[in-house]
Amino acid sequence: MTAPSISVSETPLVLYTLRRADDALILGHRLSEWCGHAPMLEEDMALSNMALDLLGQARTFYTYAAAVEGNGNDEDKLAYLRDVRQYRNLLLAELPNGDFAHTMVRQFFYSAFADLYWRAMMTSSDATLAAIAAKSEKESAYHLRHSSEWIVRLGDGTEESHVRAQRAIDDLWAFTGEMFAVDDSERGLIEAGIAADPAALRPAWLGTITAVASEATLVLPGNDWMQQGGRSGRHSEHLGHLLSELQSMQRTFPGATW
Amino acid sequence: MATPNTPLWEVFIRSRNGLAHRHCGSLHASDATMALQAARDIYTRRGEGLSIWVVPSGAITASDPAEKGMMFEPAESKIYRHPTFYEVPEEVGHM
Repeated sequence: MTAPSISVSETPLVLYTLRRADDALILGHRLSEWCGHAPMLEEDMALSNMALDLLGQARTFYTYAAAVEGNGNDEDKLAYLRDVRQYRNLLLAELPNGDFAHTMVRQFFYSAFADLYWRAMMTSSDATLAAIAAKSEKESAYHLRHSSEWIVRLGDGTEESHVRAQRAIDDLWAFTGEMFAVDDSERGLIEAGIAADPAALRPAWLGTITAVASEATLVLPGNDWMQQGGRSGRHSEHLGHLLSELQSMQRTFPGATW
Repeated sequence: MATPNTPLWEVFIRSRNGLAHRHCGSLHASDATMALQAARDIYTRRGEGLSIWVVPSGAITASDPAEKGMMFEPAESKIYRHPTFYEVPEEVGHM
């Protein structure tokens, strides 16, 4: 009755592209969960806009991954018919929304990285990836600006908002290291000029994060033990629940369109 | 939801260069920076704008609707103020 999962031949370029697609889809899905639930109507729209930006990025990356793989898969199959262990997103992206401060800190950490990363990827020797990066960079730049403004207002706001923002930073910190990690598969693409080296971006990322946190009277944790696993399919218990909702329609009615 | 921490702002959008900013709606935000971002997120989702102004609603001085008789009716009988009583010479072309 339910549609079976597809198999994907993960050459380094396919794997690389899927990782970016999965980051965008999963984080975008999380943001979309706020639709109708945000603290105010204006922010409901802002979160949905960011969700749609990320969904758009995911679609272009999935389409490119399918083209590179050349096995008859497409964006829908890659999104709807892969199992949890086949997903390659950052753990940071799949963590539940928590409260508004938690969602904003997660967005802030990711966008501060994504903005630098897409800017670096605009010089990729792969023309398609460079073009997707150029489009994504403008979107991430706004996500960074919007989330930064909220971090400052939450951190330097009321006693309650400060406590919640600081708690979110403390809880999410250990999930930031995965953004800068590189495995052998990706190392080859970096050496070939196709992928940017995320590790080289960490000082600039830390500079942005530190400046905003300081203005927000928030403190960045000193510990540097980092949680990893999402890039190789070892996910938290949360992703399965997210996918069961995201995929339920295509799994139950394979190929359904409307 | 209106709260004391999120006053009302009026939003003006300019859709193209050379046109004037036009009022397009209002929103709630904590301050000018957030009002500008909310205006972008709410009123320019379909490519409506090139420039946004936000103004605190409280900064606007408005005419009183109860005085519209005194304010506006005197102008209604002065049709000679409309430039429709002139013959436009052929050479002027389309105006």
